[in-house]
Amino acid sequence: MARIQLKDLRKSYGNAHVIKGVDIDIEDGEFCVFVGPSGCGKSTLLRMIAGLEDITSGSLTIAERRVNDLPPAQRGVAMVFQSYAIFPHMTVRENVAFGLTIAGASKAEKAAKVAEAARILQMEHLLDRRPSQLSGGQRQRVAIGRAIVRQPKVFLFDEPLSNLDAALRMDMRMEIGKLHKALGATMIYVTHDQVEAMTLADKIVVLKDGQVMQIGTPMELYQNPANLFVAGFLGAPSMNFLKVTVQAVNGNTALVSNAALDPVEVSTRSASFKAGDAAILGLRPQYLSIAEAPGRLQGTVALTERLGAETMVEVKLKDDSSLIAALPQDVVFPVGAQVAFDFAADKAHLFAAP
Amino acid sequence: MASKFTQSNRTGWLMAGPAILLIAGFVILPFFLAIGLSFTNQRLVSPNPTEFIGLSNYRQLLDVATLTLEPVRDAAGELVLKDGAPDYPSIRSLTRNNPDRPDLAGMREWFSFSTGGAARTVVLARDVVFMTAIVNTFVFVLVVAPVQAGLALGLALLINQRLRGINIFRALYFMPVVVSIVVVSLLWRLIYDGQSGLLNNLLGTLSFGTLPAVDWLGNPSTALGAIIAMSIWQAVGFHMVIWLAGLQTISPTLYEAAAIEGASKWQVFRYITWPGLRNTAILILIVITMQAFGLFAQIDVMTNGGPLDSTQTIVFQAIERGYGKQDISGGSAISVILFVIVLTISLIQRWLTRERS
Repeated sequence: MARIQLKDLRKSYGNAHVIKGVDIDIEDGEFCVFVGPSGCGKSTLLRMIAGLEDITSGSLTIAERRVNDLPPAQRGVAMVFQSYAIFPHMTVRENVAFGLTIAGASKAEKAAKVAEAARILQMEHLLDRRPSQLSGGQRQRVAIGRAIVRQPKVFLFDEPLSNLDAALRMDMRMEIGKLHKALGATMIYVTHDQVEAMTLADKIVVLKDGQVMQIGTPMELYQNPANLFVAGFLGAPSMNFLKVTVQAVNGNTALVSNAALDPVEVSTRSASFKAGDAAILGLRPQYLSIAEAPGRLQGTVALTERLGAETMVEVKLKDDSSLIAALPQDVVFPVGAQVAFDFAADKAHLFAAP
Repeated sequence: MASKFTQSNRTGWLMAGPAILLIAGFVILPFFLAIGLSFTNQRLVSPNPTEFIGLSNYRQLLDVATLTLEPVRDAAGELVLKDGAPDYPSIRSLTRNNPDRPDLAGMREWFSFSTGGAARTVVLARDVVFMTAIVNTFVFVLVVAPVQAGLALGLALLINQRLRGINIFRALYFMPVVVSIVVVSLLWRLIYDGQSGLLNNLLGTLSFGTLPAVDWLGNPSTALGAIIAMSIWQAVGFHMVIWLAGLQTISPTLYEAAAIEGASKWQVFRYITWPGLRNTAILILIVITMQAFGLFAQIDVMTNGGPLDSTQTIVFQAIERGYGKQDISGGSAISVILFVIVLTISLIQRWLTRERS
């Protein structure tokens, strides 16, 4: 079975260390998403798994076989590129069958497998077209079709939806999710879009500067981020961070406050604090609610964005920091209006100040 | 819009002016002059007035006839043998002052062959040298176009790699292109020299003296080949650079996709590189063909068309006629013939390589 293990994987170009020791264990059939900002090394890591980049040190095993030094074709992986990488001079049929042509498959086998892939991806009507006659989403289907005909154990996706417009991106995202359920293969998916990460993944790996920040299921990462980076990266709009001071520690809870925040007791989770420490309180915009005065947080409205079902309110707090609240109804606040917010203490996160 | 284009664009016209005048004076005007002159008997310098003579120049150049000669037989019908071989009536008796065959007057034997049996078929041409020039030019084009394009592609593939010092190789391969063809031809005359030439010395050393020295340019069977080899070497770097530009337009992700699918080096070339070079290939083929038809400088410097007309070419003949023999109308007719040949071939190439939808 196709379990993938990365052990202390490193990549350097001379003195530039791009991947700085990554350990990830991806189970057979799992949908694993590498997510992180531009330049975090997520694509490089994927290309190392594919065999398109050399591995400087560490070990990479696919299906219990060390593949560090194997060429890409012998690793049993298929890859879908951001730019689709479909061959412009071949028809869709020839493109999808490319891997089989290379392997010298018979015509009958090619026809059967291409037909099967076309059925799965609902693109039977496109088979005789040329890539130049296809839209972006159709091209991406062709690229995925080329990947699935060889029935690989592992699929690698390198930002496959980045070149599509928003509506199409959502459709294709669902398609890829369905494809994973239908094929049951191990998939690794690289994206900078946290929505794709949250919706598709069984397991998310958050990367920053070539290091793993946190690994877990989407909900684990969302509800229990291990650090400020993960907390700020997942969720839209981003989590609000307030600079607070620890007043007192009581077992697993700490009493924190600042100039704009009335003292509140929040869980410290695993981190340890002592009274007088500077800390960061993380509050998701969705967990803030308008309070009957006085409320825990007070400030003045700086900007209101009405999205219909939701309203984003940017608030200037008393200590001059700002905060965004996502309110689940359509409300209008005049700029400069006084507002107060409340939140459930168990939804707040406390982090050590960097 | 037209008035704006012509009037309020004075600076533009002023800047383009010199180039337009030069192109008009040295390209466009001579082109139409050549077509006009080819229908006259104009000479370069002549006291006689110019006369319109229709297609006479073309007939003089292109007239070809075939003649079947029966061997001479005696009264009994037996072959008359001469030195052990059948004897044929002399061609001269038919082409000189023979009132029965005015159509063959002035023609010479170009080549002959026999199709089994005793009869011999003779192909006569009014201008045998020009016929040789046409054949030589076509041989030159047919060898140079594929070999030069192929070698240039090979070199481009070799230098399209990230290796230390690869620029040195690029520069080396490109160098002969920068040197004037006249200089290159002079140098290669030394290389091909019959006694102490570099090539003979090299071959002699490599074969431990068993290969005899060859006068490469003085021998009718090697002269054209020697010029072909040198011409390929001289311009291969230019086409290498065009191929290289084509290679670099192919997206690297396509190669990565092929690597993941497990394509071998040959399959990568067959399925990705070569289809990606289609437009480059058309360009190179047309450019080489046109350049090859214009073969002149090498001939002029190295062999002057000899030995025994074995390196006559169309352009060399055009200049030889027009300026050497002052027969400017004959030279013009040759130029027009060359123009028609090249135009036809270009159109055929365009048709063969058209975009099929």
